[in-house]
Amino acid sequence: MNKKDYLQDISEIKNLMNKSSKFISISGLAGIMAGVIALLGAAFAYWYMLDKGFYPGRKLDSSDFIVLFIDLALVSIFSIITAIILTTKKAKQHQQKIWDALTRRLLFNFLVPLVSGGIYTLVILLQGKYGQTAALMLLFYGLSLFNASKYTLGDVKYLGFIQIVLGLACAFFPGWGFWFWVVGFGIVHVIYGGMMYVKYDVKK
Amino acid sequence: MKHIISNINKAFDHRIRLGIMSVLMVNDSVDFKTLKDLLGVTDGNLASHAKALEKVEFISVEKKFIGRKPNTTYAATELGKNEFKKHIEALEKIIKHT
Repeated sequence: MNKKDYLQDISEIKNLMNKSSKFISISGLAGIMAGVIALLGAAFAYWYMLDKGFYPGRKLDSSDFIVLFIDLALVSIFSIITAIILTTKKAKQHQQKIWDALTRRLLFNFLVPLVSGGIYTLVILLQGKYGQTAALMLLFYGLSLFNASKYTLGDVKYLGFIQIVLGLACAFFPGWGFWFWVVGFGIVHVIYGGMMYVKYDVKK
Repeated sequence: MKHIISNINKAFDHRIRLGIMSVLMVNDSVDFKTLKDLLGVTDGNLASHAKALEKVEFISVEKKFIGRKPNTTYAATELGKNEFKKHIEALEKIIKHT
């Protein structure tokens, strides 16, 4: 064997280690789309409440609460659907499986903090403590990303950090929850997704 | 240079065996089919190279049944992990020295 063979061995080893332990087919485009959908959902909520003459500090009545809750649920559902479609497409390009031990591990690590946080946030909402909702959503979403990041691209870890910091900052300013939510789920997703798209998907 | 070469382990001197070890270094355990897909090799090929690594006790093999289907999983032993690290270090040194 000569030097070139050894170099090839090393790069093959690296490639296999990454491919077998990390899901690299996360799509930046999915991040952009999730951000855009979140912004649309937030815009709807904003105009809806403005229309109702809502001002910060006033309690939501139950019909408004239901409308906003459905709005939020639709945002989540559409983001998840686009993420699944775009990620599947990218996994095909990388010849990575969309459903195997690796993606199951990734999802499991992502969903445990997310679902527990989601249920807790619902409980808080049902107690009428609306002020902390955005902070909790950002915080638990950030923790979920952080936890899942060891099984995917390292960039996801920093996205998790950003959301955690935003969530904690938001906790100090309950009246600004809506805007923190817009920044975290909307703007940060669009910017971060765009950066990942440029980094991994634009052919150099 | 001589002692560097001596760290090049004969057991890893094949692309598939190197591949098996690479995957097992970063995963606790991997089943036969996943390993096969990752390496892009045939059943027989993988089985024989896994056997070779098992013989020198660099990997451990666990055979189970999931329902009625046999399921074989592989894991790297401490010995295998150490030897693989030495092997990689030797490879890196050779690349630097030449």
